[in-house]
Amino acid sequence: MKNSGTSIDTKLFDWPSDKPHLKGSECINCGAITFPIQKGCPRCCGVEMKLIPLKTRGTLWSWTIQGFPPKSPPYGKVETPESFIPYGVGYVELEGQVRVESRLTENNPEKLSIGMEMELVIEKFIEDKDGNDIMIYAFSPITGD
Amino acid sequence: MTEVAIVGIGIHPFGRTEGVSGQEQGIFAVREALEDAGIDWSDLQFAYGGSAAAGSADSMVSKMGLTGLQFINVANGCATGGSALQSAYMAIKSGAFDVGVAVGFDKHERGAFRVDSPDWYGQSGLALTTQFFGMKIQKYMSDFGITDDALIKVAEKSFKNGSLSPTAWRKKPLSYQEIKDSPVLSHPLRKYQFCSPAEGGAAIILCRADMAEKYTNKPLYLKAAVMRTRRYGSFEVFTQGQAVEQAESPTVDASKAAFEMAGLGPDDIDVAQLQDTEAGAEIMHMSENGFCKDGDQEELIQTGATQINGKFPVNTDGGCIANGEPIGASGLRQVHEVCTQLRGDGGKRQASGDLKTGYTHVYGAPGLSAVTIIQR
Repeated sequence: MKNSGTSIDTKLFDWPSDKPHLKGSECINCGAITFPIQKGCPRCCGVEMKLIPLKTRGTLWSWTIQGFPPKSPPYGKVETPESFIPYGVGYVELEGQVRVESRLTENNPEKLSIGMEMELVIEKFIEDKDGNDIMIYAFSPITGD
Repeated sequence: MTEVAIVGIGIHPFGRTEGVSGQEQGIFAVREALEDAGIDWSDLQFAYGGSAAAGSADSMVSKMGLTGLQFINVANGCATGGSALQSAYMAIKSGAFDVGVAVGFDKHERGAFRVDSPDWYGQSGLALTTQFFGMKIQKYMSDFGITDDALIKVAEKSFKNGSLSPTAWRKKPLSYQEIKDSPVLSHPLRKYQFCSPAEGGAAIILCRADMAEKYTNKPLYLKAAVMRTRRYGSFEVFTQGQAVEQAESPTVDASKAAFEMAGLGPDDIDVAQLQDTEAGAEIMHMSENGFCKDGDQEELIQTGATQINGKFPVNTDGGCIANGEPIGASGLRQVHEVCTQLRGDGGKRQASGDLKTGYTHVYGAPGLSAVTIIQR
């Protein structure tokens, strides 16, 4: 993993980092975990949340393939139907924590299935106007250890 | 407590109407509803109205007449119409008002809804409603054995029913193969299984039930109108981090509360409108609204139970898939259609039998539902 570039949003994950992880918040009162971090607990209505690192591996809870170019703005890439490459989207369940909505590195429906093992990656998403890499989190199928 | 009647209904054709603003389509619907009830705008004591992309609903008073009535704007995503109706229902039920209108209209740009999310979420290409529906049905198919074939058949029914409905947008029936061959927009859902943002207007005039005979010889009674938002753990659109523990959807909550309010159960419903943002939503909403167990939809669809001539007709006017979705108007279109069916005025799309009770369900972002139960 190339440890450079700028995070699309510093509240989402540690970057730069050799062992990056997503940031979550955990309710001091009831233990509910949210992603992204937030103030206030959606479960018990508590007001004290602490920052925790989220697990970097999980299982695919559900998925889809984005088959057409999203409107830009808000989409960060400007695409034409010709240039657009479909991308995978899914929820990855981090056991005992939270299901994270994420881009997937795999876009072939034949290679995605509910319950498969996934791991966090930080990858280049776009370049800013000065040519610097903007990094985003994604999940990738774990293929044969 | 005061009971509530529906005495007038109006609708501007859905779809694309060049040169006619969203508000003008709303006004068209209100005037039609007033005529249907035989009542004047100046007789209305209140209005609840909504539009997401076509301006403030209350600004229509300058064209309808500056009578000074209470006009409150409502905004609840795709459930805006349902929320407007629920508000009107409460206004009468509380005893505060005798007669008023719920109105909704809209006019959206072409293509998928552009979500106002300038932050990382919108930039990253995750803020699309279509993805949520794709992932929800993907999971549901895996859990409960719903087939791709059933998804195609739902859309086939939508276009068939739309072709029988004079105010629908999509009036051309599409074949099973045409739907199957259409591009996959969000796996497993194809282009012709999704509804599209569109234009249209709808209006419903309500009054105290003891006044209804004054306006119409076909009064209908609003037995329940309920709106609920999501609870912790329900899987909803635009959820970046979903709780691992699972809760029932706001649709389940709204449906249960509506049946309790009406003193009725799912077996009492003769005709229904269920939010069909896409074909999978119609299927999942059948069980979320209590009309069958999870997975039983497959047999109901394969045996034609939800067709106009089936034992439980769903979306007799083609639903959102054939009418498109003007956010402000969509929930009221559903009510308009159920009223039309209960009055026996459905023409070529009239469901057979002695229809006594109808049901409407609308779902909207970011996780809310509105349900009504209407009885003859």
